[in-house]
Amino acid sequence: MTTLRRVAGKLGALLLTLFLASLLVFFSRFLVPGDPVSFLLRGRKPSPEAVAQVTAQYGLDLPPWQQYLNWLTGVLQGDFGRSLQYRQDVSEVIGDRLPVTLLLVVMAGTMIAIVGLTAGIVASLNRGKVLDRSVLIGLTVLGAIPSFVGSIVLIAVFAVQLGWFPSFGSGEGFLDTIYHLVLPSIALAIVFVVLVGKVTRSSMVEQLGREHVEVATSRGLKRGTVIRRHVFRNSIGPILTVSGVLVAGLLVASSIVEAAFGLAGIGTLLVQSVDRLDFPVVQAIVLLIVTAFVVVNAIIDVLEPWIDPRAAAGAGAR
Amino acid sequence: MTTPTMAMKVLRAPRVRRSSTTFLVSAVFLGVVTLAAIFAPLVAPYPPNQVDLLNVQAGPSPAHWLGTDALGRDTLSRMIFGGRTALLAPLLVVVFSTTVGILLGLLAGWRGGWIDSVLGRIFDVIFAFPALLLAIMAVALFGKGLVAPIVAMSIAYAPFVARLTRSLIASERSRPYVAAYRVQGFGGAFIALRRVLPNVMPIVGAQSTLNFGYVLAELAALSFLGLGVQAPTADWGAMVNEAQAGLIGGYFLPALVPAIGIVLVVVAVNVIGEELSDRIGGEIPA
Repeated sequence: MTTLRRVAGKLGALLLTLFLASLLVFFSRFLVPGDPVSFLLRGRKPSPEAVAQVTAQYGLDLPPWQQYLNWLTGVLQGDFGRSLQYRQDVSEVIGDRLPVTLLLVVMAGTMIAIVGLTAGIVASLNRGKVLDRSVLIGLTVLGAIPSFVGSIVLIAVFAVQLGWFPSFGSGEGFLDTIYHLVLPSIALAIVFVVLVGKVTRSSMVEQLGREHVEVATSRGLKRGTVIRRHVFRNSIGPILTVSGVLVAGLLVASSIVEAAFGLAGIGTLLVQSVDRLDFPVVQAIVLLIVTAFVVVNAIIDVLEPWIDPRAAAGAGAR
Repeated sequence: MTTPTMAMKVLRAPRVRRSSTTFLVSAVFLGVVTLAAIFAPLVAPYPPNQVDLLNVQAGPSPAHWLGTDALGRDTLSRMIFGGRTALLAPLLVVVFSTTVGILLGLLAGWRGGWIDSVLGRIFDVIFAFPALLLAIMAVALFGKGLVAPIVAMSIAYAPFVARLTRSLIASERSRPYVAAYRVQGFGGAFIALRRVLPNVMPIVGAQSTLNFGYVLAELAALSFLGLGVQAPTADWGAMVNEAQAGLIGGYFLPALVPAIGIVLVVVAVNVIGEELSDRIGGEIPA
């Protein structure tokens, strides 16, 4: 199969998944019993103007498929409708809060990569030894610490007790924001380190037992070179696959961390919008997270053969 | 090519021996926590919502082993009662998702063909929705509480069970014993349900055990966000949420006790789930 056909196939699958996901996000509203106007205006005074405005805005008098098409056309142009709590465009409300979340996710992702890869590599090079077992136990324990538990423990120890870091808010300016995001990103990273760590370890262990590694060693290559060029490079595939799964997990878990640290990101916005019955915002954030997840995984899927040519040659080569 | 498998075997041996004690400890711990939750009214020293405004944010004492919260409620009693929702809700999710997942996985793996492709496509779409996100969306639609999230989480986890069951069934289907039943004239449904399914159940069970830990943590997070169990009902996640305000004032105990409780239970569940899958010897596909 040529590269072009493969990429086209992946792209088709990507678009189909996104299309089906958009159906689920849009038509979920129709699962709620009762009429849509009162659903969208829950908890608010259904003044005649408000009813008329919501009806016109969502085309609630149109057949459902027409409503979906209108909504989808808007979404494709970046128009997610209007927020009921802020009386602002949803895209604006989300746009204001996106940078904090993205920075948080990037910082946490960097920590996960550094700690996870180091732990996995160290464990695999000492497999069966005490160090390996300690790393594995450590990873298992970290993996059992949910983000909100990590958050409150970090707040208690480093913000309240020691006073090293702020416990609330996302700060002003770039450096101050990073300073404010140190504890939140640690809290976010903790539970995911285990994924990267364990996959790195098992992938490395598998490669270490391979014949080509023995050959490289017996040819007199330095151990460092063998591990870098022959073991680690061949272990990247599974690590990348896991990283793709991480994206959605980090974006969702960031809402927990943001809530704990009072950060103005899209996670806090999501929870707040659920609380204040602002369904258009909820719909938009859910769709964004799902899209991010699907797209990142498709990219990893497409890139894999370049990083690991054996994947292109077919499953048999592994 | 025997070297790698040999290496894996050597590597596995000490792991099983190591976890035997931890497995026992975990099982006993989970048993005690479960029994305490079931018999909460008999075990707990105080009613979970008994307010004592003269004795708020108290440290550990003989009267209150784990102290009291901002309303003077006994933290230990609330932990014991809180175990009810904290353990029952994930149990329901695991039962629902495992039942549905096994049936769909059996259908896809045994029949193959277009049923398999259609189900695979549906699973792909559900995989794109992280469980917690689906639960949050369910709350946005149907209101706060645990009913909608339990249904949403069951839907989110069923495809994991289904995909595992499907791959196990598909590889089992080509084994000689299945053909042996076929030539003896046994029906497909009988072979699939009574002869093949029991062989894959242990691995699926181990995966479901691990799922229980994930679901428990996610539902606790939902209550922590204020979207799940509502005050004043005692629930571990909700307790952390309520105690959050006291953190800044230096009152750590009411938040740390439920938080650590959740971590201990999740560790115990993971230890049991991992050892179960180790004993069966089947690698759980990621």
